[in-house]
This record gives sequence, C-alpha cells and structure tokens, in this order.
Amino acid sequence: MVAIEATQSIGGAVAVRGKNGEDGSGGKGRYGGDGWQEAAGGRRVPQRAYVTGMSMGLGAVLMFFVALVSAYIVRKGMPGSGWVALPALPRILWLNTLVLIASSGALVRARKRFRSGDEVGFRRWWKAATICGVLFLAGQIVAWKELAASGVYLATNASSSFFYLFTAAHGLHLAGGIVALVWVLTRPTGRLSPRTATEVAAMYWHSMDVLWVFLFSLLMLAR
Amino acid sequence: MSLETEISVRTQVARQHAAAGGPRGFVRRYIFSTDHKIIGIQYYFLALVAVLTGVVLSILMRLHLAWPSLHLPFVAGGIMTPEQYESLLTMHGTLMVFFVLTTAPQGGFGNYFLPIQIGAPDMAFPRLNMLSFWITFASFVCMLSAFFVPGGAPISGWTAYAPLSALGQVTGPGEGLGQTIWLVSIGLFCMATLLGALNFISTTIDMRAPGMSLFRMPLTVWAWFVTAILALLSFAVLLAAVVMLLLDRTAGTSFFVPAATVVSEQLERHSGGSPLLWEHLFWFFGHPEVYIAILPGMGVTSHLLSTFSRKPVFGYKAMVWATCAIGLLGFVVWGHHMFVSGMSPYSAFAFSLLTLSIAVPSAIKTFNWLGTLWGGKLRFTTAMLFALGFVSIFVTGGLSGLFLAQPAVDNMLHATYYVVAHFHLIMGVAALFAVFAATYFWFPKMFGRMMSERLGKLHFWFTFVGAYLIFFPMHFVGLAGGIRRYADFTAVAYLSGLQPLQRFITWMVFATAAGQLFFLWNFCWSLRRGQKAPANPWSATTLEWITASPPAHDNFAGDYPRVYRGPYEYSVPGAAEDFVMQDSLPAEKGAGQG
Repeated sequence: MVAIEATQSIGGAVAVRGKNGEDGSGGKGRYGGDGWQEAAGGRRVPQRAYVTGMSMGLGAVLMFFVALVSAYIVRKGMPGSGWVALPALPRILWLNTLVLIASSGALVRARKRFRSGDEVGFRRWWKAATICGVLFLAGQIVAWKELAASGVYLATNASSSFFYLFTAAHGLHLAGGIVALVWVLTRPTGRLSPRTATEVAAMYWHSMDVLWVFLFSLLMLAR
Repeated sequence: MSLETEISVRTQVARQHAAAGGPRGFVRRYIFSTDHKIIGIQYYFLALVAVLTGVVLSILMRLHLAWPSLHLPFVAGGIMTPEQYESLLTMHGTLMVFFVLTTAPQGGFGNYFLPIQIGAPDMAFPRLNMLSFWITFASFVCMLSAFFVPGGAPISGWTAYAPLSALGQVTGPGEGLGQTIWLVSIGLFCMATLLGALNFISTTIDMRAPGMSLFRMPLTVWAWFVTAILALLSFAVLLAAVVMLLLDRTAGTSFFVPAATVVSEQLERHSGGSPLLWEHLFWFFGHPEVYIAILPGMGVTSHLLSTFSRKPVFGYKAMVWATCAIGLLGFVVWGHHMFVSGMSPYSAFAFSLLTLSIAVPSAIKTFNWLGTLWGGKLRFTTAMLFALGFVSIFVTGGLSGLFLAQPAVDNMLHATYYVVAHFHLIMGVAALFAVFAATYFWFPKMFGRMMSERLGKLHFWFTFVGAYLIFFPMHFVGLAGGIRRYADFTAVAYLSGLQPLQRFITWMVFATAAGQLFFLWNFCWSLRRGQKAPANPWSATTLEWITASPPAHDNFAGDYPRVYRGPYEYSVPGAAEDFVMQDSLPAEKGAGQG
C-alpha cells in the first residue's frame, strides 16, 4: 500500500509525495509499489523525470558553454593571433560574483526551510535569492556600461567580443533562472510537485552560479 | 483499502480518462496536440514536405549538370547561373540533412513509437514535445523563406563555411539576408532538437513500464535513446557556433573572419579570427549528426530483420554496445572532415585511426544482421525488403568510408564526387531506406490500415536499383577528378569527357524520382482505402502491437502493460505460436497478454 499524503501547501498547490520516497516516486523500487503520480488528465509522470529532464537540459547548456570556452582558448592560443587583453575588468564584477554566491546560499536556506515545513521562511529566503539574482543582472549591465564608457565594445577586439559573448550568454541563462524562481513562488497547481519544483529550480540556479564563477575565473586568469 | 482494490480503482479511473479520448476540438487534437503520436505524425509530414522539396532541388541540379545550356522556364534569366546552382545545392543539403534525416527517423518514428514500445502513456514532457515540433516548423518556414528574399537562398553549402558565410552580400547573392535567415533557422532548429532530445532521454530513463529493464528494450528504443544523447551534446555546440557566426555577420565581431580578408578587391574590416574555428565547431556537431541520421535506421533494421526472420536478434547485447560505441566514437572523429584544411599530419593520423575504428562496431552490426537472417523463416514483406536494402547500402556506402578515412587518399578525393557518392549512400539513401522500411512496417499501427504490398514492392525495386545506378557511377566521376559543387562540367576540358556519365546519372534520377510516385500513391490511397489493419498484422512481439491500430489517446486504453520478457522472442521452442509478446506471463507460454 502506498501512502500518499498531502504535506504542505506551497503556492496554492498541494504537495504530494510517497512516504517512503524522497521525491514522490515511491520507495519500493522501480517495479514495486506505485511510482507514478496520478495527475490531471490521467497521465502518469514520475517526479524523478523532472530531475532527469533538468539534468539533461543542464548537459546541453554545459555543451553550449564548452563550445564557447574552447573557441576562446583556441582563438587566444592561435599563433600570430594579435590577441589584445582587455584592460582591467570592471571591479563591480567582484561584487556581482559575491551577490550571486549569496543568492545560491539563500536558495540553500530556502530549501532547508521547505523541508522542515516552514512555508513563511521558505518564501522569504526564496525571494531573497531571486532578488540577489536580479541584482546580479543589474550589476552585469553596469559592468557593460563601464566597459563601453572606456571605449571597449563588442567588436573592438577578440577579447572584448568574448567578454560580451560570455556575459550575455550567461546573463540570458540566468534570466531564465529568475523566471523559474518566480514561477515556483507563483505557479498554479500542476503535475510538478512543489518539492520537485524547488529541486529542479535550485539545480538550475546553482549550476548557473558555478558556471559564472568558472567564466569569471577564466576571464580573470586567462585574459 | 487493499493494494489490489486501490490498483483496480486507479485502473478504472485511468480507463475513464482514456475512454474520454483526450482533448476534443480539432485544434487541440490535431494541430496543437500534446499527444506524442500526433506530434510524431506531424514530424513525419514535415519531413515528407521537406524531402519532396529537396528532391525537386536535386532534379533541377541534375538537369543543369547534364544539359548546362538548357533553358529552364522557372529559373530567373533562363539559364541557371553558377550562383543559382550553389543556392540549390545549399538548400538541398540543408533541407535533407536537417529537416528530413534528423526529423523523420527521430522526431517522426521516435516520437510515435518510443513511448509505446516502453509502455508509457506519453512522453515525459508532452507540452515540451509540442513546443519542439512547433519550433521545428517555424525553423522550416524560416528556411524556405530564404528562397524569396532579395538575393535568394545562400550559396555557402549546408556547412556554411566562413568567411564565405560571414561577410554578407559582398561574397555573393544569397549571402546577405538569405544567409542570415539560414542561420536563424538553424539556430531555431538546434533549440527544438535540444528540447526534443532531453524529452527522449527523460522518457526512456523514467517512463518505462514495470518490468521493462534496459536490456528488455527493443533495439529501436536503444537507437533513439543513443541518438537523443548525441543530439543533446552536439546541437548545443552548433547553436554556439551559429550565435558566433551571426554576431560576425551582424555585430562586426571577428570570430571566424581572418584579418586582411579581401573580397572583390575590397578589404574587409575584421581583425584576426579563424575560419578553421568554424570548421572545428561545425564538424564537432556535423559528425555526430551523421549518426543522428543513421542510428535510428540501424535500430529499425535490427527490429525488422528479427521480426521477418522469425528469429531473435543475433547478439542483442552486442548490438546495444555497438550502438553505444558508434555514438561515442562519433564524437572524436570530426577531424576527418578537415584533412585538407592544413591540419597537422599527426592530428590527421589520430583522427584517421579513430575513424577506421568505427568499422569495428559497424562490422559487429552487419555480422549480427546476417546472423539474424541466417536460418530464419524469411518473410519478404516490403518492410523487410527495405531493411535488407538498408544493410546492402550501409555496407556499400561504408566501404568507401574506409578509403576516405585515410588522409593520403582523402587528399585526392576530398572535393570530388567520390565523397558525394559516399555520403549519399551511407547517410542519405541508407537512412531513407530505413524510413521507408519503418513506414511500411508501422503504417498499419499509425493509420489503422495496411499499405499495398504490390505497390510497395514496385517502389522498393525502383528505389533500390535506382539508388545504385545514381550513386555507384558517382564514385567513378570522383575518381576521374569530377569536382563537387562545380555547376558546369563542360566548362572544364578534362571533365567534359564525363558528360555522358553525368547524363546517365540524371536519367536515373528521373527514373528513381518517378518510382517514388508509387510510394506517394500507395501512401495516399492506403490512408483512405487500405485494408483495415488488425492490432498485430506482422505477428510481432513488442508493446506497440498489444495496442489497437491506431492506439488510444493514452496508448493502452488504461490497461498499462507489465513486461516479462525480452523484445525478440520469436520461434521459442515449446511456444504455441512462433512469437511471444513482451507482456506474456512467463508461466503461460504464448498464452497471450498478461
């Protein structure tokens, strides 16, 4: 017998999860028990599919940035490349990086509160993480403006092209993350349980955070 | 409430949902549908339109090659210019590679049959699936619109090599707006394919029916699964390359344009990029793309040879590992497309060795196909004939690959028709044979009616003989030095002797294209007038054949299967029939569905 219990109400949705399982997929292995969520429309999608889907999506994002970064390394290392390093990077990037790391920290806290059933605390920390994300993006735009003010544009030279390309591509992906964070707070009832929703949104957010730290280190250390 | 009661209550609830038959209303049901079966059919028809367009383009090219001074009524200016020829060539390649060979085997049949074959009610993310198709559709419309903009379609080939593709109108007609549209379209296509791929992977990992272990999956599912992984990893790289090329064209960056590039006696204002960088990024995608086109065909062939030999697949696990090995090796051989790019002979040697090693899993596959056929009770249905044709063409096209994999030989043959013959046979014709085989095999399931076997066999022989007569002579055109992408062989003295052979090839193209009318007629006629199909017309074993033809909205009408057996239990000793369905209970051999 699989016990299904409504644990808490987040964003108006009812959280459904198996007693034995972490993620609602049931705890009796793949073939035992009922690992399926019976949701609207009679469709059956196990919650772990969303985690798999997000992992795969992150795999694609990773490959996208691997392509950009390897292009950077190849272009920089080309014999006779005429590579001109950027002047000192805008110092606000350091602040932005701290803000983004703080945002990940807030998200970890939010999920901890979620697990202990503290909805108010969850929402507070989740909002904090979202606001930090928005601040980071605003800070990136400030960095762009600073660079542009010193006469460094997208097409100025190869290093500036890559700088704008990395930050823009990362910024777009992060903006998608902000949409996801807001969506978790406001979304209507769906087939995705709140627990899974917070999990996949956090997976994405932390990955974008790590990605930025990597890109920033690359831009700093391999100018 | 006991477990049994709860399950039966749940089953009843599910049956009620299934009886409701999914969404009502034409638009929700057939246009913006989230049903993987409808989406599969949408992909299939998109590929059908694309393949017809692509064939028309190739006929125009062959007409021009055979009779270069022929007046063509639908060509602006009467006689085709070399630039017009190149734009046909570009669009033929693009439509065929992206919108036919990537969409039909994977988006079409994969979408329709992967969920059913693993016993799932739908894909893991049905709305994402719908989004994938409609982005692909937008990409297709965008691509076709390139024909109608000022300057026309791009001329840089389906590989869009920089700097030709990076500098705009100055490098030729079609390199202005046409090339930009091409890039936007391919960017959209990348996103659609990435979404589709992550859906396929999640579905295979998490949506399998109870008992459907990985090694009970049909080889078709394995092929779609590995293909999806390849697509996920390679299209992301193409997307990055496309973004950079778009920036080079529109924002003045110099990722792919070298310094001091002079076009039409004009110095381009770009600073020191690398055209080779584009080639590396493109072929890092481009080589896996070849396997994205062919792996589903290998899966279908294995599936059909077993079914129509009434024998289990010979060496099932070896087939699975060979599929994975081909997928893995596909990522480390892209350099063999660039032997003549001035790459270091040491790199070329490494790429060559890796490329040749693909012959090992390919040979395992071929050996196992022959092993499956050996001693079988062969049934020569049209689907079987096309599967056998696949094996033949795969071997023929693969052998010339061994020559081209060696840098010394490739240096001579690289830009010739030898390469054209090679990749058309192995990638184009072989994959299309698998698509035809899959169509004749699964049409009854998809549309509830049988196709005509008589017309089908006519279609097979026209296509099989025709394909060989078109592409086999092309090897000799190549060996004689016939350069690919040349619009007019009579303009070059040493090539004009090849003109009779060129005309022969063109005549064969006409005949083979005409042979496809049998298919189109058969397809349309059978849709309306074909004999009603039973649930399992081929006495096959996998889960799609326990469903109605066509299946219910949730595939199994609420009666979800439990799997007890491997996918190819044919001619099991002691069984009542010569096939045992995957969901048959182990205790009651051949007693129908569990």
